[in-house]
Amino acid sequence: MTTNQKRYAILIPIISVLLGIIAGAIIMLLSGYNPIAGYAALFRGAFGDSYAIGETIRRTTPYILSGLAIAFAFRASLFNIGAEGQVIVGWLTAVWVGMSIDAPMIIHLPLALLAAAFAGALWGFIPGLLKAKLGVHEVIVTIMMNYIALFTTNEIIRNVLTDHKTTTESIKGSASMASEWLSSMTYYSRLHYGILLALFIAVVIWFIIERTTLGYEIKAVGFNPHASKYAGMNVSKNIILAMVISGALGGLAGAMEGLGTYGNISVMSGFSNIGFDGIAVALLGANTPLGVVLAALLFGSLKEGANEMPTGAGVPTELVDIIIALIIFFVASSYIIRWALLRYKGRKAK
Amino acid sequence: MIDVLQSIIPTALFFSAPLIFTALGGVFSERSGVVNIGLEGLMVMGAFVAVVFNLTFADVFGSLTPWISIVVAMIVGAIFSIIHAVASVSFRADQVVSGVAINFLALGIGIYLTKQWYGKGQTDMVAQPFFTVKSVPVLSDIPVIGPMFFKGIYTTSYIAILFAIVAWYILYKTPFGLRLRSVGEHPMAADTNGINVYKMRYIAVIISGALGGLGGGVFALTIASNFSQTTIVGQGFISLAAVIFGKWHPLGAMGAALFFGLAQSLSVVSSSIPLLSNVPDVILLIAPYVLTILALAGFIGRAEAPKANGVPYIKGSR
Amino acid sequence: MEYVIEMLNIRKEFPGVIANDNITLQLKKGEIHALLGENGAGKSTLMNVLFGLYQPEKGHIRIRGKEVEITNPNIANELGIGMVHQHFMLVEPFTVTQNIILGKEPKTKTGRIDIKRAENEIRELSDRYGLKVDPTAKIRDISVGMQQRVEILKTLYRGAEVLIFDEPTAVLTPQEINELMDIMRSLVKEGKSIILITHKLKEIMQVADRCTIIRRGKGIGTVNVAETNVNELASLMVGREVSFEIDKKPAEPKEAVLEIKDLQVKDARKVDMVKGLDLEVRAGEIVGIAGVDGNGQSELIEAITGLTRVQSGQILLNNEDITNKSPRKITESGVGHIPQDRHKFGLVLDYTVGENMVLQTYYKEPFSKRGILNLKEIYRYAKKMIGDYDVRTPNANTKARSLSGGNQQKAIIGREVDRSPDLLIAAQPTRGLDVGAIEFIHKKLVEERDKGRAVLLISFELDEILDVSDRIAVMFDGKVVADLKPEDTNEQELGLLMAGSESQRAGEGK
Repeated sequence: MTTNQKRYAILIPIISVLLGIIAGAIIMLLSGYNPIAGYAALFRGAFGDSYAIGETIRRTTPYILSGLAIAFAFRASLFNIGAEGQVIVGWLTAVWVGMSIDAPMIIHLPLALLAAAFAGALWGFIPGLLKAKLGVHEVIVTIMMNYIALFTTNEIIRNVLTDHKTTTESIKGSASMASEWLSSMTYYSRLHYGILLALFIAVVIWFIIERTTLGYEIKAVGFNPHASKYAGMNVSKNIILAMVISGALGGLAGAMEGLGTYGNISVMSGFSNIGFDGIAVALLGANTPLGVVLAALLFGSLKEGANEMPTGAGVPTELVDIIIALIIFFVASSYIIRWALLRYKGRKAK
Repeated sequence: MIDVLQSIIPTALFFSAPLIFTALGGVFSERSGVVNIGLEGLMVMGAFVAVVFNLTFADVFGSLTPWISIVVAMIVGAIFSIIHAVASVSFRADQVVSGVAINFLALGIGIYLTKQWYGKGQTDMVAQPFFTVKSVPVLSDIPVIGPMFFKGIYTTSYIAILFAIVAWYILYKTPFGLRLRSVGEHPMAADTNGINVYKMRYIAVIISGALGGLGGGVFALTIASNFSQTTIVGQGFISLAAVIFGKWHPLGAMGAALFFGLAQSLSVVSSSIPLLSNVPDVILLIAPYVLTILALAGFIGRAEAPKANGVPYIKGSR
Repeated sequence: MEYVIEMLNIRKEFPGVIANDNITLQLKKGEIHALLGENGAGKSTLMNVLFGLYQPEKGHIRIRGKEVEITNPNIANELGIGMVHQHFMLVEPFTVTQNIILGKEPKTKTGRIDIKRAENEIRELSDRYGLKVDPTAKIRDISVGMQQRVEILKTLYRGAEVLIFDEPTAVLTPQEINELMDIMRSLVKEGKSIILITHKLKEIMQVADRCTIIRRGKGIGTVNVAETNVNELASLMVGREVSFEIDKKPAEPKEAVLEIKDLQVKDARKVDMVKGLDLEVRAGEIVGIAGVDGNGQSELIEAITGLTRVQSGQILLNNEDITNKSPRKITESGVGHIPQDRHKFGLVLDYTVGENMVLQTYYKEPFSKRGILNLKEIYRYAKKMIGDYDVRTPNANTKARSLSGGNQQKAIIGREVDRSPDLLIAAQPTRGLDVGAIEFIHKKLVEERDKGRAVLLISFELDEILDVSDRIAVMFDGKVVADLKPEDTNEQELGLLMAGSESQRAGEGK
């Protein structure tokens, strides 16, 4: 029973990815491209040289954190679609602290990271509070919070951080996660220390979920709030806490961009998609930290590799968005994959 | 004051029409028990199709082009939404996840094809957009109200309001509507009464696809005039907000969409209104979202979703 | 002999289970035919086959002598079969009329629902069978008994000749039960035929003409009710001799453990449910609360265990005030609680048996230390408990969801009893279990009493209350209205007291 479930937990994501890649090949064929050339370009773009590898890992970094954000909330049965907004406010806050404070690095960088986590946590706290105290569904609230984050952030960039400009000045060196060491190792890609932080946090989150009373309570509340209340747990507190931690992770994902990759923030015409892609990462990773790291790497590679597709094979980069969307469908429809596998197994047994 | 209203109301109607169509789609879907976060993607699809059709066939159909374009957008939207129906009704996928995927997919397909067909990330401006009706005969001569409601308004705005009334009639006065709502409240009760729950939900989702596509098409041919990555940014989610703010009722959703359209129009015309010129745009931009949260929190009357909303129906389980 | 319905040699399988194995049921025109079996014996499956919700693997169905294939409820309806479901199939925000016509709406020429015509038709039907239903009322505003009549009307509106009643009395007051029996008799008089699904033997004796018995999915046979008795029916149902007596010594009550004074509690909708209740439970006695569901029992338990707020009054445990303390405080001061709904409250079904065993104690040593779980210790303890309380499970890593109801309940009882609470609250501890598990649980309750614990038993089954309790407190309308010894009373008296004794207060629609 349990081993069977574990097998499905691994099989379903793999089958979904394969189906997504096959679908991508079919789309390329239908629109007159050579799928082999297309995927070869994709692979080159992601792993072709050390620079590409560096950029792939850089792109993976925020995905790990936004994926963890969504996965953590999922464990409490909360659907934090608001990771996107939490990323944006985290990014903004990180840059804000990074550019406006003077302090030695040992204080400045942690402070900027904490500030980003705090901003994200706040953005998660509001839907958490409304869910816990008033039973308001978090999905709608977090969607609305995304837009509030987007428009407010743009306003702050234009009118508070700059004088009607679209990009802020760069953060100070003491708040930067840029790493000459990692960068030079990857032929001067924008790879930064964030990846180490993200991996470390993945381990911490695993420990919290699997080995602490906090994780035990959050999972119990997620599975069955009534039994949790009966068992003396504070259901409201756990819901809020799950959303706050989730939001903080989202905020940190934003800090990766603000303190690592870009060192500034620009007015956005649409979403960064780091938070939305995090949904796909969490789903594909079956809401486990290890799964999230692997799924983040996959999506990071797809997104980075996509940049090579127009020049390498003439294929628009959006093919990768289509593939990712299809992978989400397949994972979400795991019921039917499971059903098909059972049928297949049944037939083989006969 | 009347001058102000005369400048605001036509603009508000102009911004509201796409929201009304899409929100009505949301009402149908959610009343049947299928959460539709994919409204945004359905609008994207509608906008894309309407623009491409318009660009391609403007020479053939002349001034009829925009009308045919939005009909085609409706049809494609309906077909596209079948993906959501299959995933969330037949495959028991998480409806929120499926909706998110719809949004990704629509934008991915739209931009992918735009790049393939036009060789760049955005289309040209359409040759045959909708134009406003200069003035409605007789009605526009009514003092005060005439210029507000019957001058310089798009026909699509009138159609949107008409659709809302029709949707209300269908949902609340016909057997089809009673059945659709029963499926969203208590699918098993509906099933034991011999109603095909899956079929009803498929129909509801496809209606939402058609209306979402229509909303996107109307948006593209009245407001945006071309298609790109940033043509539809949030209009689908504002429509979703209107569904909730309007308490899952067609006329409520229309009212909410009109109100949100007003908020958007204010951010456009506010500079010309002395009272509002000092209000930062951002307040008006985020107003729909903040108000929806407040509505959900019960500060503006409690909004109660259909009971079985978001729950896949599994036959034979008790 | 004319049969309206014949189900012959029906077999229905689900993955891993044979729910119906060679069952035959023949319904005569104009009779009330009981279908008897324990919970999980396969009664509902059989009826769902008849109703077209499931397709049988083997067997035939004949209606009025003609072989038919029923692939969906519509066909069953067309054949004149109607089901009054145990869990009402009613859409709460709709009106009575909307619910009844749903799927078979009369239309005007313009295609809208002809609601006036429908209302008149329903009023007529309701009058003919004396149902007294208001067609314009919303379902959420009418009583449970009324809702059941709406279900009956639904089948009649569809022209049902055969009505299936699925455990119809489970949610009714004794008065409502009597009224239902009258309705059933008048239906039969009008030429309808009835299948009554139940596991309550007395109801069968009271109203049924014949009775078909199934046990663990197998058909056992059909008997004439006039030629049998309760004991024979019971042994046919269970498969062995059943003694209704519980082996126990007289109680030796000592000091008061639980004292409740003038308690007032509201429910979630802010309606007064407990209205000035006094109660005492002493060490070494089992106090049974008798009452019809909805008279404040749930709120009473929730108030004692801290799950809901007490408006006024006092709850003392060993002379210590626990009023409005947190659930955890109350648990720690010595209350064990076997909750009414084990799936909702008793277990986290997606947790393993091991994780469920420490649901009340996970935060304490040795199961955790400074917030970090000691999994080894948790599973060592769980293994011991599984042995001690005879929980049948492959291992402690199995999800609680995959255990049978009886084993889930044993796990909960083990967990609650093992903490040696001074007060053990058992709310409907045997609901939905088979006879074997019921016997085990009753034995455990008596054992705990004999160890000197105070036991508070809440049950809607009068038999259970009479058999297990040392003292009976009858609850009506949020108060304890009588305090009796089981040997000094009987079902009739309890039934009257539970209905508030002034019968016009409990009556429906009078």
